[in-house]
Amino acid sequence: MSFQPVKFYQTGTFTVGNRLLAPEQRSVQAATSRRNSLNSGHRACQGCGEALGARYAIDAAMEATGNRMVVVNATGCLEVFSTPYPETSWQIPWIHSLFGNAPAVATGVAAALKVKRLKGLLGDVRVVAQGGDGGTTDIGFGCLSGMFERNDDVFYICYDNGGYMNTGVQRSSATPPAARTATTEAVGPTPGHAFGQGKFVPAIAMAHDIPYVATATVADLRDLEYKVRKAMTFRGARYLHILVPCPLGWGAASKDTLRIARLAKETGVFPVFEAESGELTGSSKIRHVLPVEEYLRPQKRFAHLFGPKPDVAAIARLQALANRNIRKYRLLDEEAL
Amino acid sequence: MLKQIEGSRAVAEAVALCRPDVICAYPISPQTHIVEGLGEMVKAGAIAPCEFINVESEFAAMSVAIGASAAGARSYTATASQGLLFMVEAVYNASGLGLPIVMTVANRAIGAPINIWNDHSDAVSQRDSGWLQLFAETNQEAADLHIQAFRIAEELSLPVMVCMDGFILTHAYERVDLPTQEMVDAFLPPYAPRQVLDPGEPVTIGTMVGPEAFTEVRYLAHEKQRQALELMPAVAAEFRAAFGRDSGGLVRGYRLDDAETVVIAMGSVLGTLKDTVDELRDAGVNIGVLGVVSFRPFPSAAVRAALQSVRRLVVLEKYFALGSGGVLAADVQMALGKNGGEIYSVIAGLGGRPITKKSLRGLLEMAVRDELVQLTFLDLDRTLVAKQLARERQTRRSGPAAESILRDVHGTMARNEGKKS
Ligand SMILES: Cc1ncc(C[n+]2csc(CCOP(=O)(O)OP(=O)(O)O)c2C)c(N)n1
Ligand code: SF4
Ligand SMILES: [Mg+2]
Repeated sequence: MSFQPVKFYQTGTFTVGNRLLAPEQRSVQAATSRRNSLNSGHRACQGCGEALGARYAIDAAMEATGNRMVVVNATGCLEVFSTPYPETSWQIPWIHSLFGNAPAVATGVAAALKVKRLKGLLGDVRVVAQGGDGGTTDIGFGCLSGMFERNDDVFYICYDNGGYMNTGVQRSSATPPAARTATTEAVGPTPGHAFGQGKFVPAIAMAHDIPYVATATVADLRDLEYKVRKAMTFRGARYLHILVPCPLGWGAASKDTLRIARLAKETGVFPVFEAESGELTGSSKIRHVLPVEEYLRPQKRFAHLFGPKPDVAAIARLQALANRNIRKYRLLDEEAL
Repeated sequence: MLKQIEGSRAVAEAVALCRPDVICAYPISPQTHIVEGLGEMVKAGAIAPCEFINVESEFAAMSVAIGASAAGARSYTATASQGLLFMVEAVYNASGLGLPIVMTVANRAIGAPINIWNDHSDAVSQRDSGWLQLFAETNQEAADLHIQAFRIAEELSLPVMVCMDGFILTHAYERVDLPTQEMVDAFLPPYAPRQVLDPGEPVTIGTMVGPEAFTEVRYLAHEKQRQALELMPAVAAEFRAAFGRDSGGLVRGYRLDDAETVVIAMGSVLGTLKDTVDELRDAGVNIGVLGVVSFRPFPSAAVRAALQSVRRLVVLEKYFALGSGGVLAADVQMALGKNGGEIYSVIAGLGGRPITKKSLRGLLEMAVRDELVQLTFLDLDRTLVAKQLARERQTRRSGPAAESILRDVHGTMARNEGKKS
């Protein structure tokens, strides 16, 4: 796994100080050669996890491919905030077609690049497709599954902020249970999103037996970069699902984006793991398991769980889901168990 | 080379001669034989290098073509009917992005009620999509139009739909002259895109455009269509010089000299119309035919020029806008303005109903006597319709209309059978 054996964590954080690492161990983000593929000046909200995740991921992919790649973007916040033309934040060949077709457009790009390579017109150029959770797990799901099933040579990244943020925070199939969105309001006898709905696309991606599936959060830069780099060592369909907190949609402070992403991992709410050809090959272990309340409390979308009369039952159900993740994805060190 | 060949196969071989880089395939009748043929050729290495992709839907087919085209590949797909509708969002996107994809539409009706047979509902529903739309009269023309389509598409950086009547053309075996690879190579240069996703020269494609520029962007798209009106006859002339036949262009007239009455139509029905007009000419009627090859862009000036001294027009089309009327008829009316003479709009051949010479002759004789109403549905069974309307007036829960009509049709047929025996 990506974890460094070194123990030079900065006081009070889990961040490895770059100064303490050899140059080749340092993150892409810390390198002077970093491409800034998603450049400054875009219009994301302050503290946007998606903007951060995209910069991390695409810079890492650029480094892995020697800057020889094309990006296909689904409609959504990332697309809208990055390209208010004539300004564009993208320093790479980039195309946006529609909300639900990014995986298929990427398949087409990959096919074209392959033919050009066979004709001797072009060297090796790789393809990365990206979209939000709505574009990936809902409207683009047919195209995504088709791309997986054919094992097309595309690396697909989903930035999961648990809802349709660009259209004003509506529920998607990646919205967690109990979360308030504009279409799962915190009203009525069961406020927020229903339990027992939704899907976890990384598991479905694994069921396609594609070469590589991984999850990550924006909180762990080094792990995220490692997974991007690793994905680029494979040919065929690859999938990375990154948890990216959305301060606006989640009702969280802009400064808390990384903290909340880390809490998602440390509570087991969001399992961080990797899989090859449908088999789990490793998981990022939780260092100190925390109760789900720690993750839920800083977010206004869960505020209805913590009123004067806390919704103990709902919190318990969320805790049970986190516990299941911990078991299923082996998120604790065997010794700690 | 002359071949006795199925229309679909002829188109597949013509597309192969164009050296496509990426082909996206999804089955739907009556288009399927085309992509089957191409798939076989790619698998056997007859088209190489070429990526043949079995996609999971028509929406994906057009989306794959979009990605491939934007990355600089000559891209092709084929569809019909429900398949065309399933990809509509991507159809508009392809033209909006200015990507020179070529797509065959094997024209078929749109449901409900589901119907696999020929009419023009699918293609005409996309008349405002920004694609160029060419209609083939014969299988020879269908094959030829594909070769011209890649030229036109790539020169203008616009997608082109080649429309051919489902079954009537796609499944008909007839003689088609397929050119040699050398001839096609000389006519169609390799694809040199105007915009391309290239790490050497990164561009951003597909951004949001607001009110400050959207009108201008759309106007430019319209201007491109106007340019196509100039390019298409030039390409057709070049094609004639290279291949020795007339195919394509904007419109094609038949016996228009001193014609007082002219029938306007698109696609394979033009053959039957010409035969009918020959008979009427023999009977002393001054009548001719104008075939529209380019439905989009609509060649208003060419139509006007062809119909200068015509007294009445019969616009016969295999589609109509529900609640409004003939679509081609409206285009013709717009093109001719106030001085156009009488225009009779005729809807015919819906969902595969045969358009027979007998019906056409009756229709045109009425037209010549100015006995036609403004909007005629050829061979419409008014008794059946009246029966269903009466049923709906009488009973609130009158049931599904299509099924009721079928019951009436088959009930009548069964009774007639009974009488015969
Ligand atoms: C076919 C279609 N349906 C709906 C929309 C409207 N729409 C645009 S972006 C978006 C939400 C995007 O959500 P997600 O993919 O999760 O990305 P996010 O904005 O959350 O990053 C929606 C619903 C659209 N553009 N196209
Ligand atoms: S709404 Fe959320 S995802 Fe969209 S830009 Fe703002 S923080 Fe980012
Ligand atoms: Mg989202």
